[in-house]
Amino acid sequence: MAEPNLVLNNPGSDTTREQDVIARVQRGQTELFYELVRPYERRVFAAALAILRNETDAEDVAQEAMLKALANIRQFRAESRFSTWLIQITVNEALMRRRRERTVVMEGIDDRRDDEGEYTPRDFADWREIPSEALERKEVRQKLAEALATLDRKYREVFVLRDMEQLNIQETAEMLGISVASVKTRLLRARLMLRDLLAGGWERGWFSRLPFEKGSKPW
Amino acid sequence: MVSPKDVKCEQVWPEISNYLEGDVDPGLRAAMDEHFHTCQKCKAVLEGTRNVIQLYSDERMIEVPAGFGRRLERRLVQGARVRSRGWSTWSAWLVPVAALVLIAGGVRIANSSTVAHPLQTEHAQPGRDIPPDMLVIVSTGAKDFHVPGCGVIHNKDTERTLTAKEAIHQGYVPCVRCMRRYLQTAEVERTALEIEADISPDSDDDGVRARR
Repeated sequence: MAEPNLVLNNPGSDTTREQDVIARVQRGQTELFYELVRPYERRVFAAALAILRNETDAEDVAQEAMLKALANIRQFRAESRFSTWLIQITVNEALMRRRRERTVVMEGIDDRRDDEGEYTPRDFADWREIPSEALERKEVRQKLAEALATLDRKYREVFVLRDMEQLNIQETAEMLGISVASVKTRLLRARLMLRDLLAGGWERGWFSRLPFEKGSKPW
Repeated sequence: MVSPKDVKCEQVWPEISNYLEGDVDPGLRAAMDEHFHTCQKCKAVLEGTRNVIQLYSDERMIEVPAGFGRRLERRLVQGARVRSRGWSTWSAWLVPVAALVLIAGGVRIANSSTVAHPLQTEHAQPGRDIPPDMLVIVSTGAKDFHVPGCGVIHNKDTERTLTAKEAIHQGYVPCVRCMRRYLQTAEVERTALEIEADISPDSDDDGVRARR
């Protein structure tokens, strides 16, 4: 029977336990499946959102992808990470949804630009580090999300899969169906563009407008 | 070997991402390290890029809509139930189908062989616990025997009365309507239950599979 309150809050710290639960779901204990995917549900949503740019569609695709994962759980092989397998299904599902709905037309012009050509950083002022603690503030997270949303699709997708989903370069290339070289080029551009966006925002004072106490640093 | 003096800012920027990935050859890496010590502009680009990666890789940067997890769980629970129902539907069909196949196979064997099969169609069953001296009706051209007054007696003008023992001996079988209480329906039901119990839910993804 299913173990009540099975929680896998810390993926990676207990791979053996995760593999055990996967095996049980594969044997038919489908009621354990949500507990299995719960540690990765945010990453699954983020992958779908990076491709679709619409929260409603991303949530729907995330759900559809997890249902597909459940239906095909027997095909999962332990040689790959379970999280990567889930994200792969999600990316496939999101790409199919986008093709079906032809949203690529809406932002496809920029994608025809060649990846080649160097990107020159715009801002060379000393970088004032934004510490991780600042992410506790919703306003900071919101600004970072807005900056990410301004990137063209091809840069945003690569950046999200590599830097947010923690996939490696090869996995990112395979999921998106592009070359490793393209991943590296797009990743460079995405990182440098975000840096410029955040540095510019910093200089324009978007952090200073946050409701921090007068005279104190926000972190 | 790349000399630090040979490295210009325009050569460093395209490699900053690879540098942070640890994906530059040792010579270039050493040259870039040296360059960052002397070039504040490139150092600012490096530090900013590193900071960007650090911030966006933080779990807190991935936010989901309110109630996302609850809705996902509900959808998955429903999905699991549908799969389970799908299985139940299949098994519900499989049980009688499997029983019929078994029965039909029995009929074929009975018709093509001299070996009597213990389980045949209802029409071919010898009946169970029929009083041997019970008076029954048979008629020409029919294979069943009936209790008097049965509504499905054919060729009534050729009716004749005999005992059940005699009718069975002559190859007649109990009428499925009026002699139902003596038929071996219990045997059919038991076989169906056995088949159901023997069908494993451990099936492939798209269907079901019986072990036997």
